[in-house]
Amino acid sequence: MSTTNDTHIADQATTISERTREVSGIKKLLNRPDFGAMSGVALVFIFFILIAGDSGMFAADGILNWSTVTAQLGLLAIGACLLMIAGEFDLSMGSMIGFSGMVIAIPSLYWGWPVWSSILMAFSIALSIGWLIGYVVVRTGLPSFIVSLAFLFILRGLTIALSILFTNKTIVSGVDTVAENDWLAPLFGGEIAAGLFTWLASIGWIETYNDGSPLVTGIPMIIVWCLVLAGIASWVLLKTKYGNWIFASGGDCNAAKNVGVPTNKVKIALFMLTAFCATLYASCQVLEFGSAAADRGLLKEFEAIIAVVIGGTLLTGGYGSVLGALFGALIFGVVQMGIFFTNISSDWFRVFLGVMLLIAVLFNNYVRQCIARTK
Amino acid sequence: MNEFILEFKNISRYFDAVIALKGIDLQIKLGEVHCLLGDNGAGKSTLIKTLAGVHHPSEGQYLYNGKPIKLGSPKDALDLGIATVYQDLALVGLMSVTRNFFMGREITKGWGPFKYFDQVSANKIAIAGLAEMGIVVRDPEQAIETMSGGEKQCLAIARAIHFGAKVLILDEPTAALGVKQSANVLKVIAKARQRGLAIIFITHNVHHAYAVADRFTLLNRGQSLGTFSKENISKDEVLAMMAGSDELAQLESEIAQLIGTTTDTANAIGC
Repeated sequence: MSTTNDTHIADQATTISERTREVSGIKKLLNRPDFGAMSGVALVFIFFILIAGDSGMFAADGILNWSTVTAQLGLLAIGACLLMIAGEFDLSMGSMIGFSGMVIAIPSLYWGWPVWSSILMAFSIALSIGWLIGYVVVRTGLPSFIVSLAFLFILRGLTIALSILFTNKTIVSGVDTVAENDWLAPLFGGEIAAGLFTWLASIGWIETYNDGSPLVTGIPMIIVWCLVLAGIASWVLLKTKYGNWIFASGGDCNAAKNVGVPTNKVKIALFMLTAFCATLYASCQVLEFGSAAADRGLLKEFEAIIAVVIGGTLLTGGYGSVLGALFGALIFGVVQMGIFFTNISSDWFRVFLGVMLLIAVLFNNYVRQCIARTK
Repeated sequence: MNEFILEFKNISRYFDAVIALKGIDLQIKLGEVHCLLGDNGAGKSTLIKTLAGVHHPSEGQYLYNGKPIKLGSPKDALDLGIATVYQDLALVGLMSVTRNFFMGREITKGWGPFKYFDQVSANKIAIAGLAEMGIVVRDPEQAIETMSGGEKQCLAIARAIHFGAKVLILDEPTAALGVKQSANVLKVIAKARQRGLAIIFITHNVHHAYAVADRFTLLNRGQSLGTFSKENISKDEVLAMMAGSDELAQLESEIAQLIGTTTDTANAIGC
């Protein structure tokens, strides 16, 4: 009985493979969520190579310039992307940057804490707040838009009020001096591959100062963090069961719950991830530039959402790509920095940003309809 | 092995003052399709939710394989192999066939933190599981939204069977479907029966019910009007039971009266 059954199934399986049509590579590419952002990146690069190709934008220091901006935004976009795929928003990310920056700076400058301990405390506080936001959202069933908007104000207000209370200032600087011999600080504020750049300068491949030291001394840690995190996030999303749970939580939360996906845990974990990303951003910023300010990270939550949407993730959740969010951040970074290398007034940057967002949303809407249509 | 896999003995369920179910007796056998009939509000939903562990009986005994059980949650029911396919199907439209098939129960490969979802085997299992139910899927990575309502229903059933269902509760699986798609779903039900599963099938459509069911239980206002096996009852009798023959006769006379009055009025005003 069972053998006949098995052969029967095997027969059926072969009929299926005969009926499978090979979908062309181009069609597969078009079906990718990040296709729109990919073509956007190509367009932006072509534009700036034509307009500002010889302006130094694509020399070592120029590249470092826009890739740092890209990495900063990319870091936030990665967290926002996974959360948006799971069907939620975190508008408190920008405020969290200012808050965490102060949590690192004040104890190490005013209370004599070692820098590493204030960094660790910043991460633990941020993760707890992320957990709290997530918990409130899943418990009350309120839109995360409103809950995280409340935390946008709470955190920003706390940052200003507490820095005035403890230091009587809203900008504190000098963290770089106290962090000099710290073991953890270089992980955020340092650079890697310095040797490579010195060598490249010595053989004349990159520009140098008059004394022969390279103009670009290494790759800032924020770029490394961004790439590492993007790799991990993308792998988790596409290759693991947790990725399946993220897609399911955002695609249809009830359906996911009914088949046993722990949607509440997934969402809370992702709110913690966005808080983590914001704190990572803050750590890199504070330790690289040595200062923290209460108004840091203003509007960054929206910039992150724009990058994610340009990257092809649906605002309604259930569909998207980490690579796309990174491309969205790249478009953002290249345009924001590239505009200084052209004759265009940088006043036009926001106009461009809005138009890009609109085009991206229209394109994504169209793509969504294509997926739903029978191929 | 008991004759009945599931058995209700004098089960009642109250919601505060409302009597949703009263003194229900029900026997479910493996390898049989048991059809639940009844109008809206007859208590069908409460009955299947009690079977599935969502509601707990207020009175009476719930036997599994002859032994009394208490289900704390739908998960307890699932662990015993009692799976319910509700009308919303618990599928996510934008996700692929395979990802939906394994949603919440992903098979993984690898070690420790490097465990990953085994997409290749999952695709094969999903295709085979669906093929067994007579559904041909061309591309297991296509989004569920590209499938028809009937295919989605069959997928949800095939998924429940693959993950070890012994008793399958289907809540109006043919309600929103056309003729051809309904036929496919009925075929899947017949196949599941052939594999020795017990199926509890809820429908409003007498043709669908009579085509696949072995027994019929009729519910009315929270009470069972009895269970009948197929050889003892004709399609017309089932229809009469579903509609309520007295009510149908009354409706006919009411409509006749209505038509009569209009004719009378028309005559009176001299048309």
